[in-house]
Amino acid sequence: MNDIPVIISRLSESFLLNCRLFALTLLFSLPLGLLIAFGSMSRFRPLRWLVRTFVWIIRGTPLMLQLLIIYFAPGLLDMAFSWPGGTSGRFVAATVAFIINYACYFSEIFRGGIESIPQGQYEAGQVLGMTKRQIFFKVILLQVVKRILPPVGNEVITLVKDTALARIIANKEIIMMAGEYSSKGLIWPLFATGIYFLAFVGALTLLLDWLEKKLSYFRT
Amino acid sequence: MPILEVRDIEKNFGTLRVLRKIDFSLKKGETLAIIGSSGSGKTTLLRCLNFLERPDRGIIVVNNEVIFDAMDPDTQRESEVRKKRLHFGLVFQNFNLFPQHTVLKNVTLAMELLAKERPNYKQDKKAIMEEIQEKGKNLLSQVGLSDKLNCYPHMISGGQQQRVAIARALALEPDILCFDEPTSALDPELTGEVLKVIRNLAERNTTMIIVTHEMDFARDVADRVIFMDDGVIVEQGTPEEVFGNPREERTRQFLTRYKENSGNGSNADC
Ligand SMILES: Nc1ncnc2c1ncn2[C@@H]1O[C@H](COP(=O)(O)OP(=O)(O)OP(=O)(O)O)[C@@H](O)[C@H]1O
Ligand SMILES: [Mg+2]
Repeated sequence: MNDIPVIISRLSESFLLNCRLFALTLLFSLPLGLLIAFGSMSRFRPLRWLVRTFVWIIRGTPLMLQLLIIYFAPGLLDMAFSWPGGTSGRFVAATVAFIINYACYFSEIFRGGIESIPQGQYEAGQVLGMTKRQIFFKVILLQVVKRILPPVGNEVITLVKDTALARIIANKEIIMMAGEYSSKGLIWPLFATGIYFLAFVGALTLLLDWLEKKLSYFRT
Repeated sequence: MPILEVRDIEKNFGTLRVLRKIDFSLKKGETLAIIGSSGSGKTTLLRCLNFLERPDRGIIVVNNEVIFDAMDPDTQRESEVRKKRLHFGLVFQNFNLFPQHTVLKNVTLAMELLAKERPNYKQDKKAIMEEIQEKGKNLLSQVGLSDKLNCYPHMISGGQQQRVAIARALALEPDILCFDEPTSALDPELTGEVLKVIRNLAERNTTMIIVTHEMDFARDVADRVIFMDDGVIVEQGTPEEVFGNPREERTRQFLTRYKENSGNGSNADC
């Protein structure tokens, strides 16, 4: 039980769950966020209203509450579908909740970024006969990416630490694992989890700095 | 036969009547200067020609083809508009270059995207792309920027940026090239180089519409001049007529005011 290598390997194993949750959330919430951003800017008023209300609800309630509702609602409300049983069900439910939550935050960052691009950029593309798609992908997108990189970086770093919330629906992530040791009187595993997070965020910070440098070749 | 005919264009923003009874035509190879005080509707007129605004009334004819008719929704379909606006090019007051693309790419991007619609694009991609790069370089040498091909817009001066914008607009070979106050965002010492490029184009008989506050330049380079005030064309004619011997009181007042304000600022260098 007090065997340090064993504890470390169990902590590492459980941190993999944090990593998987992190990666899946990013993978799906970034594109979904873009979609939601377009919805919230739609010229079709009912859609815009619907999307903005949804974003308000998701941003206005605790992620922890969303995790609980998304995990328990299908079973308790007798919905037609339910999460798979056991560990995988809990993980899938957590992933879904995280994706929705982060997509909403990202969507607002994207919307701000897209709206900050001067109208003249669109018009320059239009008078050159470009389609809306071409204007977005060849002219606007990279400028938006450059502008939103710092706030997106913030969200991404927050996400790393938020993955710990997954334990509320009994996902065995790293802090839950360490907590089990501390309830048995062993405190150092809790401190050790901090090192995992610090290392991960450190690596991310380096990556974000690198990206920012990559995009510093032009000015918007 | 005129290359461009504008008939009875009218444009309102809500209750604000910005353009009324705009009628004029332009022959191939002519340079038209549009002058007038701030808020008279000059920019709006250029934006209407470039389909950035939709006139509430009127007809635009290019090469005998009706490209816009306010009464005929068929002329206003999105897919049609995209093709038709290529009759016109527009150089903006504040350049609007694409900051993430090099000078050369700014000029070639639209050509590259249009080339993708050619039927033989897939087979001849390499040759087509080379041809486009060549053309871009030629245009940039025409505006004196051969040494800046790989610069990004923020690395060059305002005057150079505006010259890139001119090359970019020329790339698609518009029938009519429009300029909206091409030098008014520039420091005085940089206007000369841009005006020189435009003057060059006039000498090569490029059909152009130039909105400008540079009266000496307009007088010198234009074949025809339109004076606008409060959304209407008050007077049009040759530069000699409009500047030398204006018929309308409002034109006279505008020119007097302009002279008083501008002092002796000259463009002797071009
Ligand atoms: N999108 C818009 N919505 C509402 N009003 C507008 C819009 N664009 C222009 N206007 C108004 O239309 C009038 C004409 O504007 P416009 O920009 O065409 O004038 P201009 O002759 O180009 O002036 P300047 O010499 O200052 O550039 C102005 O009163 C302006 O406030
Ligand atoms: Mg204007």
